[in-house]
Amino acid sequence: MTHDACRAPDTARPGPAAAADPHAPAAPATSSAPAASGVPAVSGAPATSSAVAASGAPAASGAPAASGAPAASGAPAPLPRRRGVEFSLLVLAVLLSVCGYCAVGLARGGAVPPGAAGYGGGLGALALLAHLAVRLRAPHADPLLLPIAVLLNGLGLVLIHRLDLETPGDRAAPAQLVWSTLGIGLFVATVVLLRDHRTLRRHAYVCGAAALVLLALPVLFPAVNGARIWIRFAGFSIQPGEFAKVLLALFFAGHLAAGRHALARTGRRLGPLRLPTGRVLGPVVAVWLLSVGVLVLERDLGTSLLFFGLFVVLLYVATGRTGWIAAGLLLAVAGAVAVGRLEPHVHGRVEDWLHPFASVEAGQGAGQLAQSLFSFAAGGMLGTGLGLGHSVLIGFAVKSDFVLATAGEELGLAGLAAILLLYGLLVHCGYRTGLALRDPFGRLLAVGLSSIVALQVFVIAGGVTGLIPLTGMAMPFLAQGGSSVVTNWIIVALLVRLSDRARREPGSGARTGAGAPVLAAAGTVPLEDGAARPDGGVPAR
Amino acid sequence: MTRHIRRAGVLCALLLVALLANAVRVQVVRAGAYGENPADRRGAIARYGLPRGDILVGGRPVTGSRDTGERYRYERTYTDGPLYAPVTGFSSQTYGTSLLERAEDGVLSGTDPALAPLPLWSDLTRSRPAGGDVVTTLDPAAQRAAYEGLGARTGAVAAIEPSTGRILALVSTPSYDPARLSGTGAGVERAWARLNADADRPMLNRAVRQTYPPGSTFKVVTAAAALDAGAAAGLDRPTGAPDPYLLPGTSTRLTNETEGCADASLRHAFTWSCNTVFAKLGVDTGAAALRRTAAGFGFDDAGLRVPFPVAESTFGAPADRAQLALSAIGQFDTRATPLQMAMVAAAVADDGMVRAPYLVERVATRDGVPLSTTVRRTLRRAMSPATAARLRELMEGVVREGTGGNAAIEGAVVGGKTGTAQHGVGNSGTPYAWFVSWAQAEDAPQPAVAVAVVVEDAAAERGDISGGGDAAPIARAVMEAVLDSEAAERR
Repeated sequence: MTHDACRAPDTARPGPAAAADPHAPAAPATSSAPAASGVPAVSGAPATSSAVAASGAPAASGAPAASGAPAASGAPAPLPRRRGVEFSLLVLAVLLSVCGYCAVGLARGGAVPPGAAGYGGGLGALALLAHLAVRLRAPHADPLLLPIAVLLNGLGLVLIHRLDLETPGDRAAPAQLVWSTLGIGLFVATVVLLRDHRTLRRHAYVCGAAALVLLALPVLFPAVNGARIWIRFAGFSIQPGEFAKVLLALFFAGHLAAGRHALARTGRRLGPLRLPTGRVLGPVVAVWLLSVGVLVLERDLGTSLLFFGLFVVLLYVATGRTGWIAAGLLLAVAGAVAVGRLEPHVHGRVEDWLHPFASVEAGQGAGQLAQSLFSFAAGGMLGTGLGLGHSVLIGFAVKSDFVLATAGEELGLAGLAAILLLYGLLVHCGYRTGLALRDPFGRLLAVGLSSIVALQVFVIAGGVTGLIPLTGMAMPFLAQGGSSVVTNWIIVALLVRLSDRARREPGSGARTGAGAPVLAAAGTVPLEDGAARPDGGVPAR
Repeated sequence: MTRHIRRAGVLCALLLVALLANAVRVQVVRAGAYGENPADRRGAIARYGLPRGDILVGGRPVTGSRDTGERYRYERTYTDGPLYAPVTGFSSQTYGTSLLERAEDGVLSGTDPALAPLPLWSDLTRSRPAGGDVVTTLDPAAQRAAYEGLGARTGAVAAIEPSTGRILALVSTPSYDPARLSGTGAGVERAWARLNADADRPMLNRAVRQTYPPGSTFKVVTAAAALDAGAAAGLDRPTGAPDPYLLPGTSTRLTNETEGCADASLRHAFTWSCNTVFAKLGVDTGAAALRRTAAGFGFDDAGLRVPFPVAESTFGAPADRAQLALSAIGQFDTRATPLQMAMVAAAVADDGMVRAPYLVERVATRDGVPLSTTVRRTLRRAMSPATAARLRELMEGVVREGTGGNAAIEGAVVGGKTGTAQHGVGNSGTPYAWFVSWAQAEDAPQPAVAVAVVVEDAAAERGDISGGGDAAPIARAVMEAVLDSEAAERR
């Protein structure tokens, strides 16, 4: 059911004929799709959803008109809305979180904690609010996005609350709950206020400038724990780098959507390589310098890696030039090696990664990474049970960077794998959206936002499990950190907005198989032209 | 663009697979190795998360557990720390365990598989059974008598039940309070440093971990060997030993502390501890026979455990007959633990049979359900029953009319042997005073107790008098305590 819902855009696969030949009748194509895929749940759905679109939602029916391709004239019909599925999954997500909260209480105090009803009620109310916003303003959105976010956020609150029990003097869960509320509030605001993602394209360069400013701000503030990534005022501390991620994704998507042909096709040939012109290369070098600058000035290896990874992925997706990837990787390796050698903070992290038990052998006790590994190892297959582990031995940053260790110890490999798969599913849905969308900006934005989540999860989860050198980063939704949780809710809100568009007007991406690259390339051009009209991109309401 | 999005998606999928594979590596494949790292404190947290099982003496626990409310939650307590320290040892959150706390750690800490009724279920739920109890063979009255008898002096007492090998008392002084080492922190570290720096070595269990030259108490072994080998024809025949005795092949003259040793009978020589007679008897018996008998009593056995390991008592390796003559009177390289000498006395009392000494009667769950009971074992026969009977006669004589008069108990048959062991460079050290004995209530079918006492800094100037003067009263107090307990049991 779950998988089915996420794969729903696939049902538009027979569409290539329809999209390649706009005059082909759409109705037979869609009706044949369910039959071919053999999914009974889907076969009945188009009828009901189109009925809803026709009768209950005149605003929605106006949107296809704006793109110049009314449903009747050949574009595929919208995918089923599946808001009921989303609601059921949300109930499940809230219930799971409450179960976790109760499990902590039972393990620690032997009784269901008195706050369980309040916690469940609060989380449920927030989830319901978000659901209503989606139901009203993005009725076609992917039904998995919101439940996954709620479940991860709920689990994160449980884990932070559980760790609060070990540190009575430092309670983080209440603040995290406030930030989560704020995050869901921004989610609702984004879904309600942003009616079409293409509006954002016009502000791409503003976003880029804002991101630069946000990144530069912490340099003016004192370093905290070796990293200069915080700004503090009025008792709050904010990580502007978190917000900058979204702004940079918007900027990259806008910049690359506009200039991707120039990037791909121009420049001098040098043997098998085609060198880009300086005008095109400029922004790339600028971004690379930005990453290194972040690394050196703010000592934030994780964010630096994330920015650069994001840019390389989007560059590749936009231009299809493997050379960019190679050049990017070379630059990344060169930068990483140079910084790893020269910068002691980063150098220490690499040493820790290579020899996590060096401090033990030196008789100084276990370091953070060693404690984290002990934590995961203690969890084993099934974990100790919530509230019964000793991940607090990790000490500093146990609720933020190392929160995954608590999940690994108390929920075991089973729980950790489930959490990682939840992230995987979230990213998957984002990529599906990117594939299904028609306009390059939207596609790049969907891919970029999903890649932020994917890269961030990889960088921090890989770091705390000893797969790659440890870099301070927040596990999306799970970790303590207000800026992070707010940013991630905005990312999910944007993905909801994008997926709503994608599923309402299933695009070309969904139809290509591995065997039809030529068709795909040919198909993108007219779509891009359509999307390039700034006025036509916004539905007239 | 679609193709490239798909490829980027595949990249993300690969990252996910890498994360999952690494999670399997950390949480399953390498989990055991990580868990065994000593820097991982989870093992200790689990270990101290439950009250430790108790060690019982005379039906009462002499240990306990205190809830500190800290991360290492339960801390060991001891009701009579110094009294039982040579038995219990310590259980420290900082320095590990020793003696019984170490030997029975599996039961006490709850990790012994026998404590888990459903092992697979316990693995799944990660529940740890409560620690079990260790019931000792000690007689609390005998233990206290020995401890108070030694008082402020340095020494050790070992008492065993001859017919079974049950250890009734095991005392070493000066002692220490193991509770000082139980927890963590600066106080514990200071106590540890102080105990280790102490010249009197209070943490050394002298009864089982320290060997002494047994001196004249070894004459019991020599007499048994001589009688079994036929080197001594009877108790009352003259032995033909000169006084002084010229050590064979040397010009060294061995003398006695007492009169009437020239050509004395075995009975007279044993009663008054004539060195010359036993030196000659040893040489006449021969190194091989003497070594065989000594080994029969338990010498040269490095593997003895009660259940913690006992230091090896050695007969030594006399290279010539002069050294053999010295070995025969418990000098030269001959060394014995007090427990070993108690085993010698017990073998005499028990018709020549040597029983494996043991300290743990049984282990039981917290609720008292027995898990296992120590099986009594006979190690070997040290001498013929006839020789044992003759030795009992000799040892009774020592107490009745000889050097061991201080050990006499009214209403009981007591046999003993005194000893004073020279040691140090040129025998310059203060001699060790020894006394080994056994006692049998007049109305009892067999001896109830065999005991060995050693006092290191005996106040006496010279001679067997010190063994009889310093060590014998302690032995008597221990024997009386056991006989009283036995009498109370029979009533």
